[in-house]
Amino acid sequence: MDETLKPLETKTLAEKLYLVRFKVDSTSHLAVDDKACQECTARSCLFICPTEVYRWDEAASRVIVSYEGCLECGACRVACDANVLVWNNPAGGFGVCYRYG
Amino acid sequence: MAERYDCIVVGAGPAGAAAALTLAKAGLSVIVFERGEYPGAKNLFGGILYTTVLAGLIPGFCDEAPLERHVSKRRYSFVTGDSEAAVDLSFDAFNKPPFNNSYTALRARFDRWFASKAEEAGAIVVAEAVVDELIMENGVAKGARVRMEGGTVYADAVILAEGANSLLAEKAGIRPRINAADYSLGVKEIISLPEGVIEDRFGLEAGAGTACEFFGEALGPGVEGGGFIYTNIDTLSVGIACPVSVLKEKMLKPNEMLDAFKLHPAVRKFLRGGRIEEYAAHLIPEGGYNAIGRLVGNGVLLAGDCAGFVNPSLYKEGTNLAMASGVMAAETVIEARATGDFSEAGLQGYLKRLNDSFVMQDLKRYRDVPATLHSSTGLFKEYPEAVMELLERHFTVSGESKAAMHKELRRILRGKVSLWRLAADALHLRNLIK
Repeated sequence: MDETLKPLETKTLAEKLYLVRFKVDSTSHLAVDDKACQECTARSCLFICPTEVYRWDEAASRVIVSYEGCLECGACRVACDANVLVWNNPAGGFGVCYRYG
Repeated sequence: MAERYDCIVVGAGPAGAAAALTLAKAGLSVIVFERGEYPGAKNLFGGILYTTVLAGLIPGFCDEAPLERHVSKRRYSFVTGDSEAAVDLSFDAFNKPPFNNSYTALRARFDRWFASKAEEAGAIVVAEAVVDELIMENGVAKGARVRMEGGTVYADAVILAEGANSLLAEKAGIRPRINAADYSLGVKEIISLPEGVIEDRFGLEAGAGTACEFFGEALGPGVEGGGFIYTNIDTLSVGIACPVSVLKEKMLKPNEMLDAFKLHPAVRKFLRGGRIEEYAAHLIPEGGYNAIGRLVGNGVLLAGDCAGFVNPSLYKEGTNLAMASGVMAAETVIEARATGDFSEAGLQGYLKRLNDSFVMQDLKRYRDVPATLHSSTGLFKEYPEAVMELLERHFTVSGESKAAMHKELRRILRGKVSLWRLAADALHLRNLIK
């Protein structure tokens, strides 16, 4: 079949992330504050991140940060109501590395 | 003994590279620190590159820069849940040099090339180098601390061109913490298609490109923001942008919004058969003139996104303002060398240059646009819905008499939109297109 007649390609977020080049550092450039996050009613980080880096662990009652898939947009930092999210630049050359941009 | 330069530039995007190029051409010693693996590795835009400033810096740029397509078409599309009203504009004059000074581009490639031009002119560009803080002595920036061995570097002035997520400018107390209403989040995919298919599908001459903007309910009913498709040579840049304050308030997930946008009938027809090549996200400083704060400090100048230089109107210019501000920041540093005064007072020439240029003049002209968009919720729901329902009814073929149909149309219009509010909004909306 002609490629261009195929329907729109859809991919899950995990599949999209496979397409992005990352050089993953051994330490996180993002940090949350467990106490402040427990008290936070908005927890905007849980939905606002375009790669869903932040996840709420109900059992541990804390935010889990999967910094490896961070696109370094900074939306979480802007959105953090408690202003407790620590956002550092990853080490030089690490993190996301766009091929197209 | 730590290294010393005439000027340090943080960030090798369009603003930083333009600054470095200008400084190096004038014979100053300049070092640029870029945190990515290469200049452009962290960068993206919609996007269209407006090249008036670039042409001044590198006259033969179009023969060597990695540009995609010149933009000779514009498409403005107003959508509701499943309908679309679009205007497709073609300007054949833009198919000839200087191609209306507009090209699509991919920033990982373009920024790398542009930074290499600064290097050719004599600037030192150091990639994989994160600046963690400015070295302040008695409230004056004297250099930068770089996260690497021997990372203490001194200079007469530091140009911050670190981008929208302006960590250093905040840390140095020049910018306040960024405000969610002043920043949009852009999320985009690169989708590949054969060159010829792109040209046929978008009705393009060979090598020409188009910029398609989607308004109204592009992000769903009542959601401020919009979507876009820009044509590259053999890829499309497809994305959405929505204010962070709106994402927060409505608890929206950007990746799901992009997927929904791509599935809209007005969008998916263009993407059919395409393959996703990359997924990306970036903040856009869309607060406009009213969100711009201090632009100089003692020994420091802010340029590009870090300064908030994005025209938030329909023109959506950013890289051009970034390059212009980079050049003007550099000119100000060159000028300050004559007096040796790099204090905030000594660097005021930067503000004068900006005010005398299109950068501030355009930002001022469209200063009310962000507030108008934030307050005109009708733009993203009632108006598109009313217009499209009226048009759909107008074109619906049935046994009804035309007189009865038009009576029904008037009833729908009155039910959907208050005419007083429409008149009031129309006055404000002039701001968007003046």
